[in-house]
Amino acid sequence: MKATRWLSLIIVGLLLLASSTAMAASSTSPSGNLEIFSWWAGDEGPALQALIERYEKLYPKVKVINGTVTGGAGVNAKAVLKTRMLGGDPPDTFQVHAGQELIGTWVVSERMENLNSLYTGEGWKKAFPAGLLSLLSTDRGIWSVPVNIHRSNVLWYVPENLKKWGVKVPESWKDFLAIAPALKAKGVVPLSLGENWTVAHLWESVALARLGADKWQALWQGKLSWTSPEVVDAWKLFGQILEYTNPDASSLSWQQATDMVVKGQAAFNVMGDWAAGYMATTLHLQPDKDFGWAASPGTKGVFMMLSDSFGLPVGAANREATLAWLRLLGSREAQDIFNPLKGSISARVDSDLSKYNAYLQSAAKDWRTNAIAGSLAHGVVANERFMNDFATVMEIFLKGRNPQAAAKAAQAVAIQSGIGR
Amino acid sequence: MQSRKDRMIAVLMISPSLALLAIFVYGFIGQTLYISITDWGQSAALALNPEIHSVGLQNYRELFTGFLDARFRHDMLNMLFFTLLFVGSALISGLFLATLIDQHIRGEALFRTIFLLPMSLSFIVTGTIWRWLLQPTGGVNVLPTFVGLPAWDFLWLSSRSQAFGFNLALIGVILAATWQMSGYTMALYLAGLRTIPEELREAAKVDGANRLQIYRYVELPLLMPITWSAVIILGHIALKSFDLVFAMAGPDNAPTSVPAILMYLTTFRGNQFAKGASIAVILLITVSALIIPYLVTSLRPRSAR
Repeated sequence: MKATRWLSLIIVGLLLLASSTAMAASSTSPSGNLEIFSWWAGDEGPALQALIERYEKLYPKVKVINGTVTGGAGVNAKAVLKTRMLGGDPPDTFQVHAGQELIGTWVVSERMENLNSLYTGEGWKKAFPAGLLSLLSTDRGIWSVPVNIHRSNVLWYVPENLKKWGVKVPESWKDFLAIAPALKAKGVVPLSLGENWTVAHLWESVALARLGADKWQALWQGKLSWTSPEVVDAWKLFGQILEYTNPDASSLSWQQATDMVVKGQAAFNVMGDWAAGYMATTLHLQPDKDFGWAASPGTKGVFMMLSDSFGLPVGAANREATLAWLRLLGSREAQDIFNPLKGSISARVDSDLSKYNAYLQSAAKDWRTNAIAGSLAHGVVANERFMNDFATVMEIFLKGRNPQAAAKAAQAVAIQSGIGR
Repeated sequence: MQSRKDRMIAVLMISPSLALLAIFVYGFIGQTLYISITDWGQSAALALNPEIHSVGLQNYRELFTGFLDARFRHDMLNMLFFTLLFVGSALISGLFLATLIDQHIRGEALFRTIFLLPMSLSFIVTGTIWRWLLQPTGGVNVLPTFVGLPAWDFLWLSSRSQAFGFNLALIGVILAATWQMSGYTMALYLAGLRTIPEELREAAKVDGANRLQIYRYVELPLLMPITWSAVIILGHIALKSFDLVFAMAGPDNAPTSVPAILMYLTTFRGNQFAKGASIAVILLITVSALIIPYLVTSLRPRSAR
């Protein structure tokens, strides 16, 4: 009896000592744990890991917990995040698509801290383009720090094959519709397409081409109705383009749709610039030689962006360490560490272009000069409720190919999600 | 008879499980019912203290008559077709396999194992395998080319064709599900066939019945109880199916979509918690309609049968 009683006293004493040293550890430099919640795993893991290593070198007292939830391109991670936030256990910071996916879910629920003072203090209001800043903010402040920028409206092709078939890269969708029948007659799929989200991805390029950057913006601010003639016309154009895609699209992943172009089974593919990463890194192709790119038809001069970003949730366990992480993320150095590995470009206008490959350099040049529009399919311009119901709208269109019906349905969805009026 | 002490010990033994069931099953069902009659899911759904108002049966009304909720009604139809065809084909193929194996063939244990093995896979694995097999360019469509015929051009899971309201894309899902579960029905029927007393068959033979007539008039009717329990088990698996369809066709393929997937997307992708809860309640009612009659008949006192 006596021995066990001594033992329990010693254990209690040690525990008290340990907890008191933990509490006494708060000093000017951040310490403790920093939980970074994301869905970056597999191919995208190394980029995040490089950032974490840089952070740990700068702040050795902080222990970084890399909380990744894999699978489903973030659907699983988002589900886990929502259950945690609803349960009052927010991670210190979490990956979220910049724009309405963050604002329409977490900012309107008053779950995020305003980062305006951070932006002013770090001089980021000059380092990031104005178009980007307006997409990240509401009238109450700025809500996240973008780590990267991906472009959505890119057209991919193989230059040799185009020469073989005697076609040029179409500058507008009218040009595409002119060359498509000849390609189809040769047994080549004019435009390859993959599973459902890639259809929404194609739609936003087509709509941007038909509407232009200004009207696209007006659509999301509720100033342009979904039933207006331009938008109905965009649906009509989309239907015409779909005639020249592969019928088995919904069985293919986006990589398989890109493979169709690489293998010469398809002429063109509209996909974000992660396709460049796939072709260069996984398929070992050379940019400019083995594959070429252009702005998707009709969108030259507009950069349709999407961005992964991190914010500061209200009630984060370790606020100091999180702010230090955000400060690191927005710095020129960190963005140029992360983005070459990730295959995207820095959100800043002053990044060191020598660290990037040929495609990314051309994308970065466009980023600094083009008009900036936000992507729909990747959470910039519409909140999650709209995006979820948009899948229903797309299905209504795919089933009946009726532009009027789709436009009406989209307007109904927009009103219900608080976008339209 | 049990003494008071024995009965108290019995109650104590099951009370932890009862408590857990009460909280995690029935408590959660109650909470879902409550959420389904609110409007939780408007813009600030994820706030720490969200504004929730009670709206009665509005969510249910919208699901069954709303313009934008047409997907729910299509999904219910898909689910019903899938259940009927999957259960039917699993029963028929299971019976067929059991009849074959019952012929006292050589290597019977080997065949039994082979047919039963797919059941050990999870639906996600089955869904992924069959998704690859049913790819329109390069999957099973390539088979005829081995004998010199042109490849099939059926689009399987991408198909948008319909026959009497039935989406042909579901054929792929039914195929995968039947492949997985026919071993189960085969095992049930084999056990059933083996327990039929030999005297019944001999009596029928004495009466002049041939093998086929014995099969049809003696063995099959005696297998009815097994058929019913297989229908219940397979039926409730089919009504709730989520993982198989998700793995095979993804979340947004409307021709194969089922209500369970819609519930997941509505709740976790669209943040419409009340609408998702209503779909969950409707699913619960549908499955209960299948399970409760079975429970009632099987729990009736033995003397009443």
